[in-house]
Order: sequence, then structure tokens, then C-alpha cells
Amino acid sequence: MKAILTVHNIASDFVTSFWTPVFVGIFIAIVTYALWPRNKAAFDEAAKMPLREE
Amino acid sequence: MSESNTSKSMTHGEAGLMLVFSISALLCLFAAAKALDTAFAFHASLASAASLWAVFAIVNRYFDRPASLPAREINGRPNYNMGPIKFSAAMSVFWGIAGFAVGLLIAAQLAWPALNFDLQWTSFGRLRPLHTSAVIFAFGGNVLIATSFYVVQKTCRTRLAGDLAPWFVVIGYNVFILIAGTGYLLGVTQSKEYAEPEWYADLWLTIVWVVYLLVFLVTIIKRKEPHIFVANWFYLAFIVTIAVLHLGNNPALPVSVFGSKSYIAWGGVQDAMFQWWYGHNAVGFFLTAGFLAIMYYFIPKRAERPVYSYRLSIIHFWAIIFLYIWAGPHHLHYTALPDWAQTLGMTFSIMLWMPSWGGMINGLMTLSGAWDKLRTDPVLRMLVVSVAFYGMATFEGPLMSIKVVNSLSHYTDWTIGHVHAGALGWVGFVSFGALYCLVPWLWDRKGLYSLKLVNWHFWIATIGIVLYISAMWVSGILQGLMWRAYTSLGFLEYSFIETVEAMHPFYIIRAAGGALFLIGSLIMAYNLWMTVRLGEAEVQSPVALQPAE
Repeated sequence: MKAILTVHNIASDFVTSFWTPVFVGIFIAIVTYALWPRNKAAFDEAAKMPLREE
Repeated sequence: MSESNTSKSMTHGEAGLMLVFSISALLCLFAAAKALDTAFAFHASLASAASLWAVFAIVNRYFDRPASLPAREINGRPNYNMGPIKFSAAMSVFWGIAGFAVGLLIAAQLAWPALNFDLQWTSFGRLRPLHTSAVIFAFGGNVLIATSFYVVQKTCRTRLAGDLAPWFVVIGYNVFILIAGTGYLLGVTQSKEYAEPEWYADLWLTIVWVVYLLVFLVTIIKRKEPHIFVANWFYLAFIVTIAVLHLGNNPALPVSVFGSKSYIAWGGVQDAMFQWWYGHNAVGFFLTAGFLAIMYYFIPKRAERPVYSYRLSIIHFWAIIFLYIWAGPHHLHYTALPDWAQTLGMTFSIMLWMPSWGGMINGLMTLSGAWDKLRTDPVLRMLVVSVAFYGMATFEGPLMSIKVVNSLSHYTDWTIGHVHAGALGWVGFVSFGALYCLVPWLWDRKGLYSLKLVNWHFWIATIGIVLYISAMWVSGILQGLMWRAYTSLGFLEYSFIETVEAMHPFYIIRAAGGALFLIGSLIMAYNLWMTVRLGEAEVQSPVALQPAE
């Protein structure tokens, strides 16, 4: 029981301490992906998706 | 086709679902006999009858259908499944009118209390959740299910997954609405705002919602387009988050399995925090993410312009996902909730300004190069004005979440005005716009019966909204200022009843605004009905057309 609680404490300490940098990191990665110049052509194509169906 | 000669047999889904509904019909009948209260007996009987009907419906459908299930593709073109969407679209119009009408009635009750008729079933306390659930979950929910099933098929270029499953979702969801709504009238409620349905309705919704998620996900998995269009991301966020919110907010222990009353697992301030974590994210993911999905498909489609910035759509989608989930505590300013949590909620609410306006800008700017269409196409005008209301409501919301502003606005009519700017202006108009597009597409009509009537709907409803929200602003701020006014001797200057009296004229203006909005929706119902009945059929070309390059 004690061992489980210790594991729980370590896990929750990690989550409470690091979720901010982890989430910020993920978000920065997403923004980088969205703004990456090489992806522009694919996104411009995707923007037209509703217009080219059937 | 050669399959038509082979003998017909039931699918596993048909046989299995018939078995499940047969058992459910018996169990519900048993529960009705053992019921501890009349409301539960009524709901158990209703569920039993619905289960029985489902068994007959499945059998009839089996006898009527050809031996093989509908093909996923015909002549190289996806064989889209439009039946469940038609059902959901029609239900949304019905529930919308019902919900607006009940809203008008309770608005009139506030101005003239005698209109509650001194009956428990028509008292404000029971009709108010009926109004909110009917417009948000019944009207809005059916619009979201209908459009999501349409958009996911069209942008994935594949038939909706499942044979009975989509029908189970649309009918099952409306059965949930029926149980929830009749429950409110009979006094069945767990007293959580926007989560009033009791434990058995919650369990049923959980089943329906999981099937909804599966139908949507499997359709995406089977897609013929490599890229998943942004609208589907918003729909998926809406479906997944609502599932999580529903499960988090509603764990309850029934007093008896044969009674409607239950007690919630959470206690005290934790319960309050769970409630508003749920409540505000229902705004964020039901009323925002879901309807932004509508915006991202229907505005480009109607304006015949690509999405203004696909990059912006990705960034503001993820910003909304990361930020919205923390904004709930702003509903609990100056309560027993720890101060840091209140400040956290306020901070995240203010940050939401950016992604919200990102979405608004993207929706509005999609019209660049097609602004002239606003003059000639009232449907597009409705869609665009909805986005403008979205921008306005998401500007006002963060403002009201600031603690000092909230100390004036909270518990006053300002909140009601804010909610209706979003609900009537944003959710209502974007839904009307989507329905005006969807109905001719679903029933293969060339266009709407009358664009002139759309114009009337637009202007009558817009005037209604302006009357509504401006009356509530004045009333709310007046109310807040009167509550906090002190005399030179330090006594409260106004008694509570004096503030109620001061609000009377604004309540009448608000009811008038609501009446205009209802009239607009009746015009829409007539127009859509005539489109289906008399509209000129669109001739479908039998062979796939080559797209012009």
C-alpha cells in the first residue's frame, strides 16, 4: 500500500510540476508545424476541401 | 447484381440489437411495475414502449430492404447515407420551435407571473430547464449530429460507418431528449444546471454518445481523403470532450434502481467545481467547437471560397483545446472555491480571447473576394452575422470573467443577455444558415423555396436579438448597481423587491425580442417545409463528372 502511495505521489508530483512546460512544449510544436513553410502547399490544398467534392 | 439472388439473412447487428431491445422492453416493463414514483413509472413505460417499437422497426426494415446492404460506392462515387441526417435535421427544426416557444413563455412569466397558471408543471422552475435543454441539447444537438454526419461523409468521401448504428444515434438521442424533457415537467431533476437529467437518462445518453463517437471515428478511419479536414477535428473534439464532461459531472448513486432520485458522488465545493468544469466546457465544446465545425464547412461551401487561413485554423483549434478546459472556475468567483482557482479560471478565460477571435477572423475573412454575396444571399449573411455574434459574445465573456466585473455582473440579467448573444446570435444563426444549406442538399432540391423568406427571417430574428440583449444589458447593470447601492448611513438603499420592480419594463422588451426570434424560426420551418414539398428536384447526373482542373 505504502509503495503504491509513493508511486502515486511521485507521479502526481511529476504531473503537477511539469504539465505546464509539457503542454507549452506540445503547443509550440503544433504552432511550428502549422507555420512550417514546406507545409504551406498542403494546407492551401486542404483549405479548398469543402469546394472539391463529389 | 448477383447478390440479389442469394437468400436474405439478418446481419449480426440487426439480430443482436433486436435481442437487446427485446430484453430491454421486458426489463423496463418490470421496472415500471416496481416503480417507487410516478415519474419513474412513466419513464420506464416509455422506455419499454420505445424498445418494443425498435424491435418492430428493425424487423420491418429487414423485410423491406434488399438482401445486400447498401453499397459503400456506386459507379466509383461514395453512396452517402442521408436518411439519419434528414431525421436529425427535421427534429432540430421541431425542437428549435418548441424550445423558443417555451423560452417565450417563461420570459412572459417573469414579466407577468400569473402566467405560471399556479400549476407545478408550468412553474418557472420546471420550464426553465425545459427551455435550456430544448434549445441547447435538442435543437443544437440535432443540428450538430446532422451536420457532423453530413460533413464527415462529404469531406472523407466515404459512406457513414455502420448500418443501424447511425439510426441508433439519431433516434436514441431524441429519446434521451424526450425522457429528459418530460422529466423536468414531472419534477425529476438532479439540480445541476445544464445537466439536470437523472441517473437513468444519463446512462442512456452515455450509450448513445459512445455509439455516436464510434460511427464518427470509424467513418474517419475509412476515409478516401488522406487529410482529415479541420471541421472534423472540431466535431471530434466536441464528441470526445462531451463524453468526458458527461461522465465526470454525473456519477450518481440512485436511492433505488426503481426510483428517479439519485445523489451525486461529489460533495460541497468539489461538486460545484465539477459542475462548472462541466458547465463551461459544455459552452466551449458543445456550443463553440461543434458550431465552429459548422462554420468551417458551411461558410466556405456557401461563399464558394477556400478557408481563409488553414494554418490559423490549426493553431486556434489547439489553443481552444488547451485553454478552454481551465475556464470553469470563473462561474464560482467569490465563493468557497479557493482564491487561486478563481484567479486561474479568470486568467484562462481572458487568454481565450485570442483563439476565439482567431476563429472569428478566419470565418469572416473566408469571404474575402466574395463580400458582394452578402448583398444577394441572405443565407450567407446569416452565417456571417453568426460569426460576428460569436466574436461579440467571446469578447464579452472574458470581460465578465474578470473578478471586479463579475462582482457587478454575476447573478444579474447581464449573464442572461450574454448567454443569449451567444445562443441566439451565434449558435442560432449558424444553425439556421446550416439548415438552409442542408435541407436542399439532403432532399436533392435546386435551392430553397424562397430566399425572400430567408431575408424576412434574418431581419426579424436580428431585431429580436438586439431587443433581447440590449434589454438584458440595461436590466442587468441596473440590477447589479441597485444591489450594491448604500445610503450615507451604510444601509442597503433598495430592497430586493424594488430591484425586481425596476426590471419589469426590460422583461417585457426581452419577451418581445424572444417573440420576434420565434416568429423568424416559424418562417424558416415553413420555408424548409415548402422546399421539401414543392422544391424543384435537382437532376443528378448518372456518371461521375470529371472535376475541372
